[in-house]
Amino acid sequence: MTGARTRYLGYGLLLVLGLLAPRFVYPVFLMNALCFALFACAFNLLLGYTGLLSFGHAAFFGTAAYITGYTAKVMGLSTGLAILAGTAAALLLGVIVGGLSIRRQGIYFAMITLALSQLIFFFYLQAPFTGGEDGLQAIPRGKLLWVINLENDRTLYYVVFAIFLFGFLLIHRTIHSPFGQVMKAIRENEPRAISLGYDVNKYKMMAFVLSAALAGLAGATNAIVFTFVTLTDVDWHTSGDVVLMTLLGGMGSIFGPVVGAFSIVTLESKLSDKVGSLVTVIIGAIFVVCVLLFRRGIVGEIQGLYRRVVGSQP
Amino acid sequence: MTEIFGVPIAALFGQLVLGLVNGCFYAMLSLGLAIIFGMLNIINFAHGALYMMGAVFTWFLLSTWNISWWWALLLAPLAVAIFGMVVERVFLKRLYKVDPLYGLLLTFGLALVIEGLFRYKYGVSGLPYGIPEIFQGALNLGFMFLPKYRAIVVGATLLVCFTTWFVIERTQLGAYLRAGTENPPLVQAFGINVPAMITLTYAIGVGLAGLAGVLAAPTLQVSPLMGSNLIIVVFAVVVIGGMGSILGSILTGLGLGLIEGLTKVFYSQASNTVVFMIMALVLLVRPAGLFGRER
Amino acid sequence: MKGKVIVALAGLVLLLVATGAWAQATSGKISGGVVKIGVLDDMSGLYSDIGGKGEVVAAEMAVAEFGGKVLGAPIQVVSADHQNKPDVGANKAREWFDGDVDAIVGTVNSGVAIAVSKVANEKHRLFIDSGAGSTKLTNEECNPYTIHYEYDTYATGTTTAKAIVAQGGKSWFFLTADYAFGKSLQQDTSNFVQSAGGKVLGSVLHPLSASDFSSFLLQAQSSGAQIIGLANAGGDTINSVKAASEFGITPKQKLAALLIFITDVHSLGLKAAQGLYAAEGFYWDQNDDTRKWSKAFAAKMGGKMPTMVQAGVYSSTLQYLKAIQAAGTDDADAVMKKLKEMTLNDATVKGGKIRADGRMVHEFYLYQVKSPSESKGEWDLYKLISTIPGDQAFQPLSLSRCPLIKK
Repeated sequence: MTGARTRYLGYGLLLVLGLLAPRFVYPVFLMNALCFALFACAFNLLLGYTGLLSFGHAAFFGTAAYITGYTAKVMGLSTGLAILAGTAAALLLGVIVGGLSIRRQGIYFAMITLALSQLIFFFYLQAPFTGGEDGLQAIPRGKLLWVINLENDRTLYYVVFAIFLFGFLLIHRTIHSPFGQVMKAIRENEPRAISLGYDVNKYKMMAFVLSAALAGLAGATNAIVFTFVTLTDVDWHTSGDVVLMTLLGGMGSIFGPVVGAFSIVTLESKLSDKVGSLVTVIIGAIFVVCVLLFRRGIVGEIQGLYRRVVGSQP
Repeated sequence: MTEIFGVPIAALFGQLVLGLVNGCFYAMLSLGLAIIFGMLNIINFAHGALYMMGAVFTWFLLSTWNISWWWALLLAPLAVAIFGMVVERVFLKRLYKVDPLYGLLLTFGLALVIEGLFRYKYGVSGLPYGIPEIFQGALNLGFMFLPKYRAIVVGATLLVCFTTWFVIERTQLGAYLRAGTENPPLVQAFGINVPAMITLTYAIGVGLAGLAGVLAAPTLQVSPLMGSNLIIVVFAVVVIGGMGSILGSILTGLGLGLIEGLTKVFYSQASNTVVFMIMALVLLVRPAGLFGRER
Repeated sequence: MKGKVIVALAGLVLLLVATGAWAQATSGKISGGVVKIGVLDDMSGLYSDIGGKGEVVAAEMAVAEFGGKVLGAPIQVVSADHQNKPDVGANKAREWFDGDVDAIVGTVNSGVAIAVSKVANEKHRLFIDSGAGSTKLTNEECNPYTIHYEYDTYATGTTTAKAIVAQGGKSWFFLTADYAFGKSLQQDTSNFVQSAGGKVLGSVLHPLSASDFSSFLLQAQSSGAQIIGLANAGGDTINSVKAASEFGITPKQKLAALLIFITDVHSLGLKAAQGLYAAEGFYWDQNDDTRKWSKAFAAKMGGKMPTMVQAGVYSSTLQYLKAIQAAGTDDADAVMKKLKEMTLNDATVKGGKIRADGRMVHEFYLYQVKSPSESKGEWDLYKLISTIPGDQAFQPLSLSRCPLIKK
């Protein structure tokens, strides 16, 4: 079997799994995991592929969620348009935040994105339209394209799955495009990329905005799934969660964040009933262990293990 | 005249004092962060959790062994510093050769673990800690009431901050510390134990956080969440002041505390966000921070 | 090579999905063979002393008293922590109701309660809330599947305010928790104060679980109001009272704790809390029945006496089971109908009735916190000032904004 054939087999298997899953697993849980998987993939566009650690990505996720919720509930916009509105809002915010932070590198960049997202958090805390601590509730799921009724969990699942696939494939295309190559070059050695004549800041900005927009798409979809948006969606703990998902799953591959997202969402939902507030301790411990021992993440480790066992392969 | 701009003088000065007190905590915490970052190139996300540990330890000393606040002033920072040394030796040491972002992530994870454990043990509602008898009550200064304890906090902070600055910038020990982190191999060649200096630096940084915790215990709520409420504002302070600048972080911390207090009087809706807005402004105008050096 | 990795990953995903399936094992089927009651509340945070794990104990006591079985089916009590987050609470409720939980009880946080009541309405299952305060639950947000048990902000706010205004406290300033509950408490109390001829000089909102009340109290101080109304609860009330004494506010201005629980008073200590009015629906030392039940509760809770919320969970669970028995089914509509017909009597409630808007109406009591010298025991904290009949304590139906009430 050639590499390509096994690859397509793998993709096919995952696709089938994705299509069958709601029969066996609570669809709302799956949809939540898919939204976070998209969020983590979007985040990884910046971290794994451009080398920028944004510690405030929840700002985009949450902004899109609030805008989608508001336009759907109060302005009566149809669901598809509401999601688009949310994504657009996240994109716009990405331009603003990116503009302020992109000139700085490394840790400075992380701190600035963190602080800016906190500013956004406090804005949402005060703004009346968000409902503050009570949150934006009872967002109508509505209908997609006037016909598909999204109130049914199963139907909505397939829509969410489609959105996830769209985002995922977009990221895939971006990474394997010339633009993606420049991003990787910037991650590897920024001064060299500059010396080669690339306008590094412009590329970083584009990557940032794309990442913000896709994170927004994830947030907008999540709002429709839960019919609910609260301050948790813009909280810095959520930003931390997505960093962990990417780190745990593996920054070096496109599947890493997906694996990480599913792992963390499962962990949090399974454990929070049993150990309550110890969940944060466990999450923190996973962070520590990953940083010290598993920097390549689950997927990275599997790839590494495979290479060691089988030896180099075409 | 009892009003300025429509605000009663007592209220204005009251808020300014509160703001100044907050500024003291910002200053002491950002001082610790600046020391650790300036010299070790590590962003210590766990700083808030260590500050909380200082406060909880203070409470613990009083409630379990009836050890007074005065002793806690000495013991708590010491305990936190020792804990910090262990953390540095066991965890941080392994990350010096890797991208500094991993240091940030590790300390972030540590912060979650520490806070989670304390939250699990002590809940969230807060542990009661009273003001030491001598400092209870307020001085009537005529134009305002000055709570005695808060005045002590301001005094103690200024003392500690400027002493620390002095030690680091003006004494030989400080020179060793600064040199040891700027060029470890060279300094090591001179026979100075650089790894020990690094551990000491981290210990001093977190010891300051612990001391801030002791000072905070009588006034603020001693709760496992007290660190995470504060840490991001402190980060913003460090960014505004200029990462790595020790004097910068002290002055910026105090200044921002005052500005926050003023904002509460005139436009209280913005008081949470004013620090971040200033940060955004500073980033546009002076990206290296007010006192910072480009690194 | 990459393909094989993908196949391995697919295997991993399968594993995760299976784990997820295990995690969500209650999905899909509605089991009629068990009556499952879910206790949803803040188990570890700001309100955990008021409700928290004590609610689970209370519910279990009710189940045990009922005999452990109803109509031949076993009764199960499950619990979860909503962490004071409406989304966490609503999602848990959704997951429970999509599974086989028949009714949810407890829920102190009003924001969470409103969210959960919406889910209950959507899924046609019962939500009997004994913990939240907001009157919205029986007004704007009322629905046929929600019962607001024990107390609400109208009852506690107006009862307390009535006593204070009668003593001459006419000018008020509010320190309000910035969410559904605080705003509801402020609204209901100010309405009363103004209708009684008093004035509201201003208010300030504070974040839930605020760490420092000093700057808010300074604003209250500078307003010059006679009474500072604390429109908050639990840890927030405790900290407000402590900070007020630190700033020397208390001799000149008086504090009105518009919602306070016995655990708050116990935490504050009599020295700090003495003289405060407490309007409650239940106190352990009211009569022989309450004393007997409370002592049994305290034995399971390390000596802590029950709050009115925990008593409410006990009572509502017991009455729910009685209603199932009387209705002959656990179908939500039938049970609700029965509950609204029954007169509720048990160790903690006498003569309670549930109205068409979901409001459970019963006697309410105004207590005052004893001074240290008056108290003869660790939990001997209150003295009774007056008893208010239910139809006077709670908002009259004529003023109701609930869409279910036809006027």
